[in-house]
This record gives sequence, structure tokens and C-alpha cells, in this order.
Amino acid sequence: MSQDTGTLRDWLLSETPTSRRQARWAAAYKGWLTLRANHMAMAGLAIIVLLVALALFAPWIAPHDPFVQDLGNRLQPLGSEGHILGTDSLGRDILSRLIWGARITLYIVALVALIAPIAGLLVGTVSGYAGGWVDVILMRITDIFLAFPRLVLALAFVAALGAGIENAVLAISLTAWPPYARMARAETLTIRSSDYISAIRLQGAGPLRIIVKHIWPLCISSLIVRVTLDMAGIILAAAGLGFLGLGAQPPSPEWGAMISEGRRFILDHWWVATMPGLAIFTVSLAFNLLGDGLRDVLDPKDSPQ
Amino acid sequence: MTPLLDIKNLWVKFPTRTGVVEAVRGISFSLGRERLGIVGESGSGKSMTGRAILRLIRPPGIIEADHISLHDQDLLSLSEAKMRAIRGQKISMVMQDPKFSLNPVMTIGAQLIEAHRLHSKSSRAEARTKAIEMLEAVSIRDPERVMKAYPHEMSGGMGQRIMIAMMLIPNPEILIADEPTSALDVSVQGQVLSIMDRLVKERGMGLIFISHDLNLVSQFCDRVLIMYAGRIVEVCDADKLHQAQHPYTRGLLGSLPRFDTPRARLDVLQRDPAWREAPSVEARP
Amino acid sequence: MTQPMTPALQIDGLNVYFGAPHESFHAVKNASFTVEKGASFGLVGESGSGKSTILKALTGLAPQWEGTMRVAGQQLGAKRDRRFYRSVQMVFQDPYASLHPRQSVDQVLSETLYLHGASNIDDRVNRLLEDVGLGSAFRFRYPHQLSGGQRQRVAIARALAPEPEILLLDEPTSALDVSVQAEILNLLSDLRAEHHLTYVMVSHDLAVVAHMCDQAAVMQNGEIVEILSIDAMRNGDARSDYTRQLLAASANRVA
Repeated sequence: MSQDTGTLRDWLLSETPTSRRQARWAAAYKGWLTLRANHMAMAGLAIIVLLVALALFAPWIAPHDPFVQDLGNRLQPLGSEGHILGTDSLGRDILSRLIWGARITLYIVALVALIAPIAGLLVGTVSGYAGGWVDVILMRITDIFLAFPRLVLALAFVAALGAGIENAVLAISLTAWPPYARMARAETLTIRSSDYISAIRLQGAGPLRIIVKHIWPLCISSLIVRVTLDMAGIILAAAGLGFLGLGAQPPSPEWGAMISEGRRFILDHWWVATMPGLAIFTVSLAFNLLGDGLRDVLDPKDSPQ
Repeated sequence: MTPLLDIKNLWVKFPTRTGVVEAVRGISFSLGRERLGIVGESGSGKSMTGRAILRLIRPPGIIEADHISLHDQDLLSLSEAKMRAIRGQKISMVMQDPKFSLNPVMTIGAQLIEAHRLHSKSSRAEARTKAIEMLEAVSIRDPERVMKAYPHEMSGGMGQRIMIAMMLIPNPEILIADEPTSALDVSVQGQVLSIMDRLVKERGMGLIFISHDLNLVSQFCDRVLIMYAGRIVEVCDADKLHQAQHPYTRGLLGSLPRFDTPRARLDVLQRDPAWREAPSVEARP
Repeated sequence: MTQPMTPALQIDGLNVYFGAPHESFHAVKNASFTVEKGASFGLVGESGSGKSTILKALTGLAPQWEGTMRVAGQQLGAKRDRRFYRSVQMVFQDPYASLHPRQSVDQVLSETLYLHGASNIDDRVNRLLEDVGLGSAFRFRYPHQLSGGQRQRVAIARALAPEPEILLLDEPTSALDVSVQAEILNLLSDLRAEHHLTYVMVSHDLAVVAHMCDQAAVMQNGEIVEILSIDAMRNGDARSDYTRQLLAASANRVA
């Protein structure tokens, strides 16, 4: 009905939605409007979209094969013919390697972003809602993980499991979940004592339903914000493991590993290490900007009435 | 009588994504050495009026007025630094919940002494004596003990009395009290009000008493402004509030449950859109 | 009462504690009262008098209690089952805090009905909204799109969803404007008549309790000072000093 009388925008901004679908879309649209007003966040989002596009279309975009070596053409400077960003010590095109490396970076980021917050959410909400000895045990385990320096713990895991991207992801995830668990627990403690949780308890809802349907939706938004802000750290940790030779293995074009290779020539051929470094910097910054914007949209504590 | 405070055509506006929200829409009133009540429901603009006088509306909120004159000084034209001197020195404000107005990590004594020394350059010992005097003035029985206590150790009524003591230290000419007793129990409300009443009378201050409680205002004030949708719909003497003419005021009175006269149903206020558009009543001499 | 009828609610020697065992706070001390079926009972007192705590103990939200509580003759144990929640429901004080901020009115009511195993949930949601005077236009709104009074109506609809016999009202109007308070109190009176409900109402406002209830218990520092009918209150037949004080503080407030 309202679609006939007004535009799609009116339908979305209506204060009196007439169906579940409209209510849901309207809420999403209003969030989008808030995000769009934040120019820095939009810049971050644009960079991330670009990164995803690069990763998806790498075979078509990359000017060269990232693995083909050309020893006669090694360590070419920026802007040399056919190699805008130069070549590395084995004569491989740096730009092509960066583009293909986007895939690895996204792969790591996506996997860690799935594993760590979900594990943290589970542990944190159960711990916060159950209380008592469950809380004590889960939180002490969390404390143990928190007590190790992150990269050192990841190093230990990789050393035990063997080098490689999958193990790097696992190691980073294992070190990344405790802060999420802490955060989810803290939020659960406030949510647990609120009237709307009491109200649903008075309808006879069990703990599982309360945690999943009532507490999670409120924790997830702040977790998403935190994850986007942590993305930079995850990329850096992955790059760090790559740099130490414990993450992606050569000849894979992982950005951290590329810096590690370029390190040997850093005085005479600075661009070999600098270009992947700039890529890491740009993507990390983009995630941070987006995370900041998302906080304004998603964080229920600050959301305007 | 020359008014202490004279306000002409005051607007408070908040720009939002969907347009400008006008919280206060062109009200004019003056305050002498009297107890002026401002009543209204939530969203009527009564609290915004109190804050606008002290220029405490946070950006992006905008305060506009022909003038807000304290004696002959227009507060709107003052610099922020001069305005800070006005706040507290000439006009003080007591908020609804004392918990949020007192510093939780300082003892009450330290806060009172600091407030006092900020205002007059007296020695610590002098300030301390004054602080104890002030606590006695708000009927606190054991001021020495209260001086050493932290805000969280005080009950709501005690906290609010301490707040009043603090606000009165610089001897302001005007006290703005925004729902000062709403967070308190009935029996304590009476005590706090009578203390405020006595102090206002003794010192010849002007009091703006902002409240949603018609009963309270009619008992406690001299003159009452009734606000609706950012405008003043009626001005009347407090003791004649029950003879109020405006249908909104009458509706509010009718919707109150009465202890002594039982009724099967309460009157429900029928809001007339015309009230919103009617021009604001001028409450200036 | 000539014929013996099982009272809706019987509370006998109720003690409620808060906090860890070694430093627990004795919030309700030896409270006893009975509410007949269809009656409306008030609990009056100042903040901290333990009046809301009785409701919490009854609904299982305050687990540390001792004494006996009977609902329709059935003694309550440590755990409440779903059958209990089908007969006893509660409306909370602050409508701004009692609705989940991320759930629409539809989600709140549908889930409640689902939990009580209702069929044709869709129709029932619309009927509940009609019952509380909102209408189906409000069905897909989120709490932030509603006023305080509208939120409280949603909360009342949620409490009515399982068709309870006893409704516990914890200061249901103290966060609302007086004109909205009148609407909600009228609604509660109508619902009580239509659905033959028994009310237990907690309030600090004697005028509200006097308007809604037939009988009230006056509480101070966790103890019930006295139980008396509203008529007795109006006639000034209070026995305890505290009740008289409370009456004096409220009665002189007439516009």
C-alpha cells in the first residue's frame, strides 16, 4: 500500500511499518543512513570493498603471474616498464603479488573474524548468564589465555602445529577470543539483571533461549564493532607470523612474508618491503575507520532514542 | 517590582535528520523575588527552559531569544567565561538526582569547602566553618560526621539537602530547581521543600521550581506557568490552580487520582491540536 | 465471605534475603497476607521498604526466601514451572527498561504466546493489541518508536498473553506523566473487570493505591506495619503511627 503512495525511501522511513519485513528493512536502512553520514567510515568501507573486488578478480586484474620468476629482471625500481611497483628479488611483479596477496589476507581475516568472536561470545555469555562455578572456571581459563603475550602464544601454537596459513589462523584465533569473552561477559552481566530479561523469564523461557534470542542480539553489535577494530591487529599478527616464516610459506604472496623477503634489500631496494607494508597499513586503517563508524550505528548504548 | 530575571521570546531548537525539533517555542516570562513554578508533562519543554536560562543546552541545540536579562544584563550576549561566573554565583541549579551532581570520590566536606573557596577567597578554616553552617542551615543534624562522608553513604534526601547547601554557598540571587524532590520519598519531600522554602524567604531569592507534580507546585509556589508543547498555555496564582481555565490544566487536574474522593474512572485528557498552535501566554508584568 | 473459597494468593511468614550468605540483607521480614480471588491488593511503602521484593520472591526473581507462598492453594517450591507463569504475570515499573530494545512489539508478543504453546499466534497478537487499546498499527514498531504509555501498554499485553489469573503490578505508572497514568489506570481497571483478574499492586503513591485497590498492606523497613482496607484509610482508622504519617503526607496534597 504505502509503496504505491510514496517512494521506497518513504516506505523505509515510515514510523508505522505494516509488516515484519518492512520493520526489519527500515531498521537496517536507518543504520545505513547513520553510517553514510560518517565520511571516514565510508572511506574505510570503500577501501574494503575495493580489497574484496581485488581478491575476487585477481586473475583478471593482476598484470603478471605472481609466481613467475624472471631472474634477469630482478629488483626493478618503481615505475619500471611493465612493473609499476617494481619486482622483488626473484624478479616477480610486486603489484601482482600484492593483488593475489589480498586473497590470503582476506582469507585469514575472515576465518579469524568468524572463529574468535563466536568462541568469545559463547564463553562470555554462558559464563555471564550462568554465574557461579561455571563463571569462575570459564573466566580463569580466559585469564590464562590473556596472560600470554599474543604473538608469543601464537608462535608457540604454530611451533607445535607446524607452519602454514591454516595453523596461523588457528593460532591467531586461539589468542584472539579471550577479550571477546570478557566483553560479552561484562555485557551479559548488565543485560541479565534488566527488566526485559526478567520479563521473558516470567514467561517461562529457559536459559538457552534467553542467551541465544535475547542476550546475543545485544552483544553481537558491540562484538562486530570490536572485531572490525581488531581486524588491523589480526592482519598485523598474520603478517607478523608470515614475517617470522611461521605463517604463509614461500612462494605464496602473503604480505607479511613479502616484507620478510624484502627485508634483506631494505637499504638498497626499499620498495620491495615498503609496498606490502603500505598495503597492510591501508587495509588496517580502513578496518579501523569502518569499525569506528559501525560503533555509532550498532552500539545500543549510544544509539539515539 | 523590578524583575530579577526577564525572558522574552525564548526558543530552544535541536536540528535533527528529519528537521528541526523545537523544544521551547517562544516563551516570555519574568521572575521577581518569588517562587515561580513551571509545570508540564515530559516533553513540554520545562526542563529545557531551566537549562536555557543558564545556557546549558549542549550543541547542536540552539538557544534563541530577544533577551534573557538578569537585572539589565543580557545573558545571551555574555562570553562563555563570564557565563561561568554567572552560573553558581548569581544563578544556581539543583537537579533531580543528587547522585549525579556530587563528585563520588570526594568527601562532602571537601566539596563544600572547595565550592566555598572558589567563590570567596577565604582561608580553609573559615570555609570549613561556613560549610558546617550551611549543613546546619539545611537541617543536617550531625554536620561534622557528614563532612567526612562520601556521597554514596548518604540517603536520597540527605544528598538533595547537601546539594541545596552547596548551591546556596555563593549566595545566588536565583535558584533553579529541576524536579528537586522527584527521586525522594513523600515524607522526605516535605522536609526538603520546607528547607528550600525557608532559605528562599530568608535570603530574598527568586526560585524557579520545575516539576511535573501539580499538587506540589500549587502548595509550594506563588505563581505557576503551565507549559504544553514548548509554550506557556496558562499562568495563574498557585493557590488558585484548581480554578484554572485552560482545558489542558483542567484535564491534568482531572486525571489525578484523589485519595479522599474515590472515583470509578479517572478523566482522560483529550488533547486538542489547537493548544499546540495557540500563541504562548506572556508571563511578564 | 460466607462460603469458603480458596484465596488467590496466600503468603505466610515470608522472609527474603539478598546477597551472599555471610553478609546478606534481610529485605522482607516475616510478611503475611492473603489476597482473595478477584480482589485488588496494594502494597504501600517508601523506597527500600521491601514492597517490590515480595513480588520478586513470588515470581522467583529473588531466589533466597523462606516461608510459605500459595497460589490458588498450590504451595510454591524453589522452582517455578510454566504452569505457574501461566497463572501469575507481572508488569514492571519502568516501561523504558522492560522491553527488549532490539525486538519489535510483534516479536515480544509472538514469542510470549509461543512459549505458552498458543495456537493461531497471529490473531492473538492482534487481539492482545486491541485489548490494551493499541491496535494492530503498532504491531511492527520497535520500542524506541513508542511513547512511555504505549510501551507500558505493550508490557501489559505481554503480561496478559498467557491469560493469567493474577497480575502483579510493580509501580506500573510511576515513570509516566499524570495524564498517561490516568489512561493506564483506567485500562487496568477495565482489564480487571473483563478478564476477572486479581491484582497485587505495589506503589509509593497512596492516591494511586486507593484508587485501584480495596485493601492495602503498609510496609516499612521490610516489615508489614499493618493491613487495612482503603475505606479504613480514608476514615483515618489507621492503628500504627507510620501509616498515619504516610496518610498525612499524602492526604494534604489535594489540588
